[in-house]
Amino acid sequence: MKIEQATWLHEHYEFSLAELCELSGLSETELRELVDYGVLAPIEPDARDWSFRADRLVVARSARRLRKDFDLDPHGVALVVTLLERVRDLETELRDLRAKLPRRQQPS
Amino acid sequence: MKYKDYYGVMGVDRKASAEEIKNAYRKLARKYHPDVSKEPGAEEKFKEVGEAYETLKDPDKRAAYDRLGSHQPGQDFRPPPGWEKQFGGGQFSFDDLDLGDLFSQFSRGRRRAGPGGGKIRVPGEDYEVTAHISLEDAYRGTEVDLELEVPEHDEQGFPHRVRRAFKARIPKGATDGQRLRLPGKGGKGLNGGRDGDLYLNIALHPHRLFRASGHDLYLDLPLAPWEAVLGTSVQVPTLAGTVSLKVPPGTHAGQRLRLASRGLPKPHAGEGDLFAIVQIAVPTAASGRERALFKELAEASTFNPRGHFEREAAK
Repeated sequence: MKIEQATWLHEHYEFSLAELCELSGLSETELRELVDYGVLAPIEPDARDWSFRADRLVVARSARRLRKDFDLDPHGVALVVTLLERVRDLETELRDLRAKLPRRQQPS
Repeated sequence: MKYKDYYGVMGVDRKASAEEIKNAYRKLARKYHPDVSKEPGAEEKFKEVGEAYETLKDPDKRAAYDRLGSHQPGQDFRPPPGWEKQFGGGQFSFDDLDLGDLFSQFSRGRRRAGPGGGKIRVPGEDYEVTAHISLEDAYRGTEVDLELEVPEHDEQGFPHRVRRAFKARIPKGATDGQRLRLPGKGGKGLNGGRDGDLYLNIALHPHRLFRASGHDLYLDLPLAPWEAVLGTSVQVPTLAGTVSLKVPPGTHAGQRLRLASRGLPKPHAGEGDLFAIVQIAVPTAASGRERALFKELAEASTFNPRGHFEREAAK
């Protein structure tokens, strides 16, 4: 059986604006709106051709689903995505704190 | 073809108004949408709800669905004669068709102006799968077996469920919640549209000894009171085998001893660290000799671990 290679979606890989559009299913106008609302930030906002960290694809796809499934306008999408990002950050922090807590006080 | 009870899935009456159906959908979407829900099985449930709503919200699709009559969910049934005409005509077998796939074709069928005409490019659907792997697998990299059921279109453009199995290589350096992409491994594109992608969500199984935080690992390190006071050298497990760790004299409970680069490898470069968190363990059943020695220590020692209580009370 052929083994498929998976690629990471993390900060060391980048997508162009066109790639992010194609992979997320959002139009360029919608993506630019998300950037305007501060939901997505290009690596260099002043550059002529925007590129994005690969993990931003997760956010862009989530925005597309929320827009479609909840029938949200761009403001609504921006609000929900921002709150979801905050929840994710808090969950990461919680996981980190739990990892640092001793599991048991007295080994049996 | 197997019957699906779309009204039952949405929890509405067969005579429900468009408004009632919309409200039911919104309520269920808030509860089960995979982006906002923590309910177990939410993703599956939302797929059912989304499929039911896609059909019931469109008056033409709903009318076509209603003409199928009412059956038990999962029951094999045959649509009334001529029912398939609304899918762009043509003879086809209903046997291995999925009702949801068929309805997603509905408008496409109506738009289709005969064979080869008016075809629009439709990208294949993306899929998301969670891969549960062990910490050891994340450390070394691993292969996971994946199985997906995706619709593939026949020559007439009708979707058939096809089971696809393949192996995917997860490179070393995964952490909990990290995503990977398998380009082109989702649903097939239609009329030259690109194939969908498969997204892998990594979830680490809890480990008996180590707890992961990003690429750092945490390990409880129990020490006997005398080891903590006098210092010692202990053998500690790591994902690459046992290593020796020096415990300095006067080590206290809760202190973190760092083993640099003994954590999970990072995908780009470097590794996380391993932290041993000190715990002071006491013998539950001390022998007479041990108790005598502790008594002697208690009498000889001037150590007061609660000095700050007294200073606070004196203020």
